[in-house]
Amino acid sequence: MAFVEKKLPADAPALDKALNWVDARFPLTKLWNDQWGQYYAPKNFNFWYIFGSLAMLVLVIQIVTGIFLVMHYKPDAAMAFSSVEYIMREVPWGWLVRYMHSTGASAFFIIIYLHMARALMYGSYRKPRELVWLFGFAIFLCLMAEAFFGYLLPWGQMSYWGAQVIVNLFGAIPFIGPDLSLWIRGDYVVSDATLNRFFSFHVIAIPLVLLGLVAAHLIALHEVGSNNPDGIEIKENLDANGHPVDGVPSHPYYTFHDIFGVTVFLVLFTAVVFFAPEMGGYFLESNNFIPADSLKTPLHIAPTWYFTPFYSILRATTSDFLYIVQAGIAAYVCLVYLKSSLPALIKMAFAAAGLVMIVGMMPFGLDAKFWGVVLFGSSVMILAGMPWLDQSPVKSIRYRPDWHKIVFIIFGIAFVTLGYLGVEPPSPVRNVISQVCAVIYFAFFLLMPWWSATGTFKPVPKRVTFKPH
Amino acid sequence: MKFLNKIIATLVLLPALALASEGYPLDHAPDRSNNMAALQNGAKLFVNYCLNCHSAVSMRYSRLKDLGLTDDQIRGNLLLASDKVGDLMTTHLTVKDAKAWFGSAPPDLSVIARSKASESGSGPDWLYTYLRSYYKDDSRPTGWNNMLFPNVAMPHVLWELQGVREAEFEEVEDEHDHSKKMEFKKFTTITPGKLTAAEYDSDVADLVAYLNWMGEPEQSTRKRLGVWVLIWMSMLSLLAWRLNASYWKEVK
Repeated sequence: MAFVEKKLPADAPALDKALNWVDARFPLTKLWNDQWGQYYAPKNFNFWYIFGSLAMLVLVIQIVTGIFLVMHYKPDAAMAFSSVEYIMREVPWGWLVRYMHSTGASAFFIIIYLHMARALMYGSYRKPRELVWLFGFAIFLCLMAEAFFGYLLPWGQMSYWGAQVIVNLFGAIPFIGPDLSLWIRGDYVVSDATLNRFFSFHVIAIPLVLLGLVAAHLIALHEVGSNNPDGIEIKENLDANGHPVDGVPSHPYYTFHDIFGVTVFLVLFTAVVFFAPEMGGYFLESNNFIPADSLKTPLHIAPTWYFTPFYSILRATTSDFLYIVQAGIAAYVCLVYLKSSLPALIKMAFAAAGLVMIVGMMPFGLDAKFWGVVLFGSSVMILAGMPWLDQSPVKSIRYRPDWHKIVFIIFGIAFVTLGYLGVEPPSPVRNVISQVCAVIYFAFFLLMPWWSATGTFKPVPKRVTFKPH
Repeated sequence: MKFLNKIIATLVLLPALALASEGYPLDHAPDRSNNMAALQNGAKLFVNYCLNCHSAVSMRYSRLKDLGLTDDQIRGNLLLASDKVGDLMTTHLTVKDAKAWFGSAPPDLSVIARSKASESGSGPDWLYTYLRSYYKDDSRPTGWNNMLFPNVAMPHVLWELQGVREAEFEEVEDEHDHSKKMEFKKFTTITPGKLTAAEYDSDVADLVAYLNWMGEPEQSTRKRLGVWVLIWMSMLSLLAWRLNASYWKEVK
């Protein structure tokens, strides 16, 4: 096919001509319209729908401030700590850039957790949005890796010992564990070699993957269209032009809606940056103002707050707790056998996996530390299963039985309690509480195929619930 | 969903209910972060008493100009003859000598005030209590001990100012298991120092205010600027709110 370029009149504005020239060679206008300009989003978005845009904003803040920090930071065990103080004192506006970056890290997790909570409430991961959810889940994994690698860079005591503890977890893997953690560290202890490779991952490897995944997340979302608080497909009600009746073009409606959300967020964000950058030790830990010392182990090593729900599950896995886990696995395999309609082969795979785990947890099997790492990993990975675990006939919590809301609230309480216990030093009572919460956490997901389909569901309306402003 | 929001908000505040940790209670350090005379006096005490052994390698002498001192004042009063105003606050004590004399190297004090914060109190509270909790203890190599930091390697450098104190302990019985243990009762002065107790507390407060300032010299700029940033951001969000409303008015 021959190359055809649309002819504009000779007196057309220069900008139109330039755009026409580009559009003939690159789908600029089409891209804008598909992704935002003519992307029809449901008009009934509520408060919970701001966190996607805010996550994008914080991503940009982290990248831009990160670029400036790298200009002055030294990834060298002998210089890293003082180079951060150099940024705080001698680089013009360095303190602001650094505080924006450190506050941005925590803000990112607050936003992402709320963004995920929204998806849980309104069933945003359900068909046809499974890939949107999976890309988002991969973004969450990248974010955790990014935060973990980045936290070593200030080279304070918490940076150092936090990295030491987490890298040592790989040592619990049978046979290859000790060599694997040695390979990750590049040394027998966390050292200059570790700092250099973590720096490389933090500033190049993970951000590259992260950006690609964000693009995939958005392209997938704009392909299938956004969910909404009612969990209705707005594409099923089209007007004469083929646009959803219950949708509005993102531009200008959600452009200005999100700008408003962004300004409110920035009020809160700058309040922390300018008045409480340490946030009482949760965003910047006091121990991290002591330079890393491989000979002095701090009394209490806690990961940063955003990892603590999962970290608590790791800590809750003691050898006594394994008996409960074994009983839980046995009961679950029975449940799958008796109460599911899965093919016989898959049921057999469940039974085999269950048997291997139960035997592995016996006193002669692998130790509790290994199973702690397995549960720690599973507690994160299980989120990926949401689109298939949830069997509710309706998407949104609005039309689910009322007791489902209680189940969500109990799960939320267990998750936050795990997070709280993870920052506290362990004690026998706290350990029991975190074990109870860990059981609730896993039960919520693993039993979801059954409980989510049970109860009296409310009728779902044909059109979205919307009150004009 | 309102109920859910309330529960989330309550849970977010839970960590504030954390149990306070036990130990020697911290006194509250007076806030002198905006008192230039106090900060200057603190700087003088810091250079004269602390900087002989401790360093503050992230800090330049010239930064003291932020406290209202001039180059000449810094040069004349706070510098050794060989140092320049733009130099970093290093120390001539080597790590090897420090280990031989005290058993450990004195920590760098650049961000010491930030590193001592805990649930028991702020970093300045810890330092304020620490420097006022020394007592004579002949069982220690230096002859000094500290209530807040037991068996600390640092001797009581400010003893000339505070004088020499002894700590009185009394034997108490535990309510639960009836074991006997020694509990701190009070300090008694055996040799008065150059300062009265109130004057000493005030000087330590000045020194701690200086250490806190040195931990983050930009902190007052940060807060001053923050007020303007918040005012501006709030006005912007007000505008954005009305702008958004004007677009959404037409959505039926």
